Amino acid sequence: MVFVDSYPKTSKLVRSEFLVSFIALGIGALFGVIQALHRTGVFRGFVSSADYYTILTGHGVLLALVFTTFFIAGLFTWAVANSLERELPHRIAWSAFWIMLTGTVLAAVSIIGGIVGSPSILGHDLEADVLFTFYAPMKAHPAFYIGAALIIVGSWVAGLAYFKSLWEWRSENPGERIPLQTFMVLTTMLMWYISTIGVAVEVVAFLIPWSLGLIQNVDPLLTRTLFWYFGHPVVYFWLMPAYLVWYTILPKLAGGRLFSDPLARVVFVAFLLLSTPVGFHHQYTDPGIPSGYKFIAMTNTMFLLLPSLLTAFTVVASVEHGARQRGAKGYLSWLRNLPWGKPAFAGCMLAGLMFAAGGFSGMINAGMNINYLIHNTIWVPGHFHLTVGTAFALTAMAISYWLVPQITGKKLRQRTIATLQPYVWFVGMAVMSNAMHRAGLAGIPRRTAEPTYDEFAFEGVAGTVGEMRIQIAIGGFLLFVGAAMFLIVMADTLLARRGGTLSVNGHIPEPLSGADHSPRILDNYKLWTAIALLLIAIAYGPPLASMVADGLFAPGSPPIPV
Amino acid sequence: MQVHRFEKVWLGAALLLIVGFIATIAYGSVGVGVGMVDDTGGQISAEAVQNGNTDTQFDDPGVVKEDGQYVVYVVARQFQFVPGTGDTPIRVPAGANVTFKVTSADVTHGFSVVETNINTMVIPGQVSEVSARFNEPGTYGLVCHEYCGAAHHTMGGSVEVVPPEEYDMQQENIDQSADDAQAQEEADQ
Repeated sequence: MVFVDSYPKTSKLVRSEFLVSFIALGIGALFGVIQALHRTGVFRGFVSSADYYTILTGHGVLLALVFTTFFIAGLFTWAVANSLERELPHRIAWSAFWIMLTGTVLAAVSIIGGIVGSPSILGHDLEADVLFTFYAPMKAHPAFYIGAALIIVGSWVAGLAYFKSLWEWRSENPGERIPLQTFMVLTTMLMWYISTIGVAVEVVAFLIPWSLGLIQNVDPLLTRTLFWYFGHPVVYFWLMPAYLVWYTILPKLAGGRLFSDPLARVVFVAFLLLSTPVGFHHQYTDPGIPSGYKFIAMTNTMFLLLPSLLTAFTVVASVEHGARQRGAKGYLSWLRNLPWGKPAFAGCMLAGLMFAAGGFSGMINAGMNINYLIHNTIWVPGHFHLTVGTAFALTAMAISYWLVPQITGKKLRQRTIATLQPYVWFVGMAVMSNAMHRAGLAGIPRRTAEPTYDEFAFEGVAGTVGEMRIQIAIGGFLLFVGAAMFLIVMADTLLARRGGTLSVNGHIPEPLSGADHSPRILDNYKLWTAIALLLIAIAYGPPLASMVADGLFAPGSPPIPV
Repeated sequence: MQVHRFEKVWLGAALLLIVGFIATIAYGSVGVGVGMVDDTGGQISAEAVQNGNTDTQFDDPGVVKEDGQYVVYVVARQFQFVPGTGDTPIRVPAGANVTFKVTSADVTHGFSVVETNINTMVIPGQVSEVSARFNEPGTYGLVCHEYCGAAHHTMGGSVEVVPPEEYDMQQENIDQSADDAQAQEEADQ
């Protein structure tokens, strides 16, 4: 039975969520290639250098916030329905969708305002050239902050639909273990609820009233600390859905099954505990924060490596098991017995491989003192284009090749383009990201339209500055082509007529070591949430207390236009 | 809970790696003495910095000698470092301990001396304090690495590190405003 026929209502919701996410991906990718060509000086005819920052804001918000959140909502909706075998409570789930969409439109319109002359709307200039991090006291139009808040609130409501499904399922299946996919979704959502409190307080209590003129000042250090309280866990909000795919779907695509259910649950619990009390590692070079708290954040960050290292083991072991089921022999030659010609499999594997590279550059970022060398250089976007830009984005695109047929009942079209697409993305990212990392070592900053200065010139590290520029431009262009290829496949598939029998289905094989082997305590959400909150209280309690001790709005800054 | 033998080995190796990373960072802090930017710089009113009435050296930024130590006061504002940008480089002697005190008059900026460990955020209301010693004379690039507005990409500068014996000849520059230093520099040429 195809998913769309079993759960038609839920399928419609997933399709709508994916549609918004794909549109955001298309616009975001276009903005990306404009930047890649502009900042490298290859072609500066699209926008002025002042408008570059509008494009950069759009790229960050549309890809890191809209594409991700809507895709994750769709994936989670499918995963909960698929593993609990029921339609989602559709009134709640659809309200979530509409709230998030309203937020997206508000944020997008206020950003676009910046390239159409910032017209005055409701007494404020319609612009939001404040980038994805919107650090006060740079001010955007109030609609931007309200939009961002609505996207977050919408995601909270979506989480409610997943929890309600679990409660209904529990009353019908007393005493049974939570199915793995639902367990992963709910653990991720718990982490998300805890971590989005930071940005919600920042935006609702401070930035919205401040941008409306209801309060005069905000404390720039306090607001950015609240942002980064959310800003690192959001990374795991992107990553954990990719892990859900790698743990539960990828082994099946390889022809096998998951190695260990218990270890998968342990990994997700570890993320719930450790994702949030690490935010200060984005503020290693901030004044006003005692170094002891930075050290605590560094230690937590390093331990956060553990669940990812365990994932590397489990995923590789599961895929190897799949290859051996297909008759592979030898220590490494099993790699040849894998379906590299299937885009869903190839995309997930290449995404995982790049994530390993991104993990290593992330350890440099996390290294409190070595971080001085690369903080806010282009090394950092080089790093996160491997993580969110590939580990998440390429996994999302790859699994769409497998999932979209199931939520539409339509066979995948344009298979040749689909087969090539993950490789195009991989090559483009390898070219762009290696150059960005090296340029970062040379001290070239991120977030700038023209990284050249009158006072001095950068010197290349392991290559010349000119060569790095060309690589960034070529890589960025290939990534744009990769995104376009994906969107062509999706558009053709979604617009096609239904016909024929699908070659894919959502059945997930039982793990080699099943849920029976994993301790029941792992499913005790109350316990893990309590420990997570305790760790946050240790990491954040004293520094936040000292920041607000001198007054919530002091030392204060009035809004400053960009 | 069943944990496979290979999983146990991997888990052990992973923990070892993590502890190793933490140890190297702790050594970098305690052994080598790479200090973190922290709260020692204290707070300041960004509005007063903007108006030049902080009653601190930030009202007249530049290099001063405090208790025998070189201290560089820098005000970052949209879109320049005072001193630092254009033909007012920050001048310091090689081989001496130099403390940079940097604050912002408006939005959040960055203060990064290229290819060195000098790298700090500049946040309105806070004073960033970084100590360093330049062993090699030469010109170092200075970059605002945090987006600060429409002309952010123009916000750069330089740090000129001069041999100590030459620096002594320019003692008179110290504690003068950036413009005076520039006039002096032109006179020297």
